Amino acid sequence: MSDAATLSGRVRSRRPRFSPAPLLGVATVLGLLAALEALIRTGLVSPFVVPPPSTVLLAGIDLLWHGNGLEALLATAFELLSAAVLVGLIGLSVGTLLYRVTALRRTYEGWVAALAATPLVLVYPFFLVMFGRSAATIVAVGVVAGLPPMVLRTIEGFAGVRPVLVDVGRALNLRPVRVFWSIEFPAALPVIFSGFRLGLGFALINIVGMEFLINYGGLGQLINEHAELYDLPETYACIALVVVVSAVFVAASEHLERRLRG
Amino acid sequence: MAQGASLAAVVAVWAAVVNARLFPGDIVPSPAAVAGRIVGLALSADFYGHLRVTAAEIAGGLALAAVAGILLGVAIGARPLLRRAYEPWLHYLAPTPKIVFFPVMLMLFGVGAASKVSLATLGAFFPIVLGTISGVREMDPVLVQVGRGFALSPYRMLTMVYVPAIRAALVNAVRLGFGVAVVVVLLAETKLSSAGIGYLIIDAYRHFDMPLLAALVLVLFGLAILANAGLARLARHGAPAVSR
Repeated sequence: MSDAATLSGRVRSRRPRFSPAPLLGVATVLGLLAALEALIRTGLVSPFVVPPPSTVLLAGIDLLWHGNGLEALLATAFELLSAAVLVGLIGLSVGTLLYRVTALRRTYEGWVAALAATPLVLVYPFFLVMFGRSAATIVAVGVVAGLPPMVLRTIEGFAGVRPVLVDVGRALNLRPVRVFWSIEFPAALPVIFSGFRLGLGFALINIVGMEFLINYGGLGQLINEHAELYDLPETYACIALVVVVSAVFVAASEHLERRLRG
Repeated sequence: MAQGASLAAVVAVWAAVVNARLFPGDIVPSPAAVAGRIVGLALSADFYGHLRVTAAEIAGGLALAAVAGILLGVAIGARPLLRRAYEPWLHYLAPTPKIVFFPVMLMLFGVGAASKVSLATLGAFFPIVLGTISGVREMDPVLVQVGRGFALSPYRMLTMVYVPAIRAALVNAVRLGFGVAVVVVLLAETKLSSAGIGYLIIDAYRHFDMPLLAALVLVLFGLAILANAGLARLARHGAPAVSR
């Protein structure tokens, strides 16, 4: 709360005052891009290292309209969707199992937390040996990356369910399965969903990274291909596309989570 | 006790899987073969040379990211207008895959260590700058007013007011940045390099040396867990709450 607003007595005005901040943010980004353009046009930065942003923009539009940009986007989206289903199913099952069986939880919860702090994605050569250079390898890496937060938040979600809710179910003589599905699961869902969202974020990062590393699949492969051909504007356009797609994905999933939590 | 038993259980299941030949060929090496390779790695000077390369790349990237992230983070975090203008951009750019910038770094800095260091800098920068901004936001404003009261120079404001006040947040931010730096450096090494642990891993894959591959990945996980535990300890004990 700014001092001015407090002094004028409008401590909680219903309509937020106009703030120049978002404009400043956009203006700064556009200004930096314009400065870069100028540096390249005047020859201070070599266009053979960084192409002018305007050229990159045109290359990006061309890629989406005439090239295989959309196709690559769909391939990545399909891999993410497959990984999402697997992260959801495996994460929920493992998380529930660890929560239910105290001995397992005491032993392995720490392991999962420790794994979350390791560069798990480095197991990808194993998947390459098992599945070859294929979408399966990419999805497997995405799943491995996405699982730890999903498992940990699932345990946390169930552990945080208020005991009184479960007692109500027992008082109503519900069978344990009903107590689980009608009471514990819905009560734990917001926390579980936040783990799912985190896991999907990790999965997306690793899926695109893997596409780039093994030169297969969607957006990541597109970057690799253009980089190897030294198509600079296209390479930068693809990188920008990846950045935009993942930023939009994060923003959309955060928005969804906020709405689900009310 | 339970940890030891669970480790033994995992190794027993692993050995059973190998003995039952659930996977074709030599895809899953036996625990004994992997243990042998781990001992071999521990005794080879070559391995430590590669470890030094990777560690230096991570440390270099992390140091640059810390300087840039803390300076920018304090500059942005201390001014509400800048914070509202730039924090959303940083927040949404932070979780993008950094490895895709590798071609750019290769063009700018060549195939040597500099391309990995710069990629690690880019990767670690975002968690550090965001952690710094949120640390500055949570600071007691009185501290800043006292600093201004003494008419401290910007440099002394940074070193005598901001950094000590948000030390705990900084250690945590650097810890997150460290995790990102480790991943991007290793991945970049598997893509294009001639030294480092990532290079050893992809080289083992190319020669289909699965015991070595497993040994390298396990050693790497062990080192990452140790480093992370060390940083977590630092965050808990080495950084007392001095903001109040």
